[in-house]
Amino acid sequence: MEPLENLLAESAFFKGLDPRYLRLVAGCASHAQFAAGELIFREGDESSRFYVLRAGKVALVINVPGRGPVIIQTLHEGDLLSWSWIVAPYKKYFDARAIELTRAIAIDGEAVRRKCDEDPPFGYELFKRVAAVTGQRLHAARLQLLDLYAGQS
Amino acid sequence: MLASLESPQSRTAGPDPMALESFRVRRLKRETDDTFTLELQPVETACKVTFAPGQFNMLYVFGVGEIPISISGDPARPRTLLHTTREVGAVTRAMRQLSPGDVLGVRGPFGTHWPVEDLEGNDIVIVSGGIGLAPLRPALYHILSRRDRYGRVVLLYGARTPADILYRQELEQWRARFDLEVYATVDRAMSGWRGNVGVVTTLIPRAPFDPLNTVALVCGPEVMMRFTVQELQKRGVGPPTIYLSMERNMKCAVGFCGHCQFGPVFVCKDGPVFRYDRIKDWLVKWEV
Repeated sequence: MEPLENLLAESAFFKGLDPRYLRLVAGCASHAQFAAGELIFREGDESSRFYVLRAGKVALVINVPGRGPVIIQTLHEGDLLSWSWIVAPYKKYFDARAIELTRAIAIDGEAVRRKCDEDPPFGYELFKRVAAVTGQRLHAARLQLLDLYAGQS
Repeated sequence: MLASLESPQSRTAGPDPMALESFRVRRLKRETDDTFTLELQPVETACKVTFAPGQFNMLYVFGVGEIPISISGDPARPRTLLHTTREVGAVTRAMRQLSPGDVLGVRGPFGTHWPVEDLEGNDIVIVSGGIGLAPLRPALYHILSRRDRYGRVVLLYGARTPADILYRQELEQWRARFDLEVYATVDRAMSGWRGNVGVVTTLIPRAPFDPLNTVALVCGPEVMMRFTVQELQKRGVGPPTIYLSMERNMKCAVGFCGHCQFGPVFVCKDGPVFRYDRIKDWLVKWEV
């Protein structure tokens, strides 16, 4: 199996990261696999882990009373699953459930966060990358809020 | 090849653009809760019908009114006119009540078209949102009927919910082909949906095409098209190789009335299909 460091280096999220930082992250990482339908984490859980998806599809789900579970986004190969590990209060905001067999690299967010505190340039680099992902998702969420197709003629 | 692409030219059929032809309803197919497709055939057997992908007709429900609707059928079968629309106003409400055998008036076809013949040899990425798939379907029919002349062909489609997916059965057939990549997404879905959730622009970074040899055909709500262009450009697709189908309040269809003026152009006459770089400065102006 390919070393985790190489797999991380190929992922969009970690691409171009200084090799010594990659080694540091790889030291906190492990392989993970989720069966179709398996719950990965639940809303309100401690956000101690995050994932880089290698294959498969994951649904982010919010349970809406009276409507049931609503899928608000799906994530795919190369996507970052969870950013709440780096932002207080370090809690998951949604349920995450594998829609199909999903392989991922699981990363110990608490350990990486400690290293970020100890090494601010590393922390800043990771924050920039997380901010880019959250920015893209905020942008997409705003477009979803516009409900563009309603009333389209 | 890409550098030689020109703006689409308008092709208006017939010597008198205001003359109505009578067409008979053959079938009215419900597509989703609020969209339907009218299948029309000319009453006069001698009536000559041709159209190019992306053009539109003016459809007149007698005594109610006339509206522009894109042609959504196969250009190789022009005598069977298909028009898909959403029930949003008095005319489309009346249209929805039509039955096989009823007659309505048709003027057209009008406007510019997707330059499908000029795109041979390139990868094609079609990005459509909601009912924006309707004016792109003729282009896809054309491309698929000459499939070996094009590179990769990718269809990206976004809808509001799974129940709002247009031409669902046909999308499934297209997805089963080995020579067409189809990716669909919805803005929201209930648990149990196994497809993608997210705006259509999120499909672009993962779509398999070579940006340096790709032409993009885009149709959907204007905001969706603006952000689609941004994502396409991030992938490296150049402005001269992006085409958009615009929508404005079209009334006369021949540039007389000015209702559909969009900056220096009329959408009915100079569009609806525009090369992006020709209109990009106007897309971001609130005042037009």
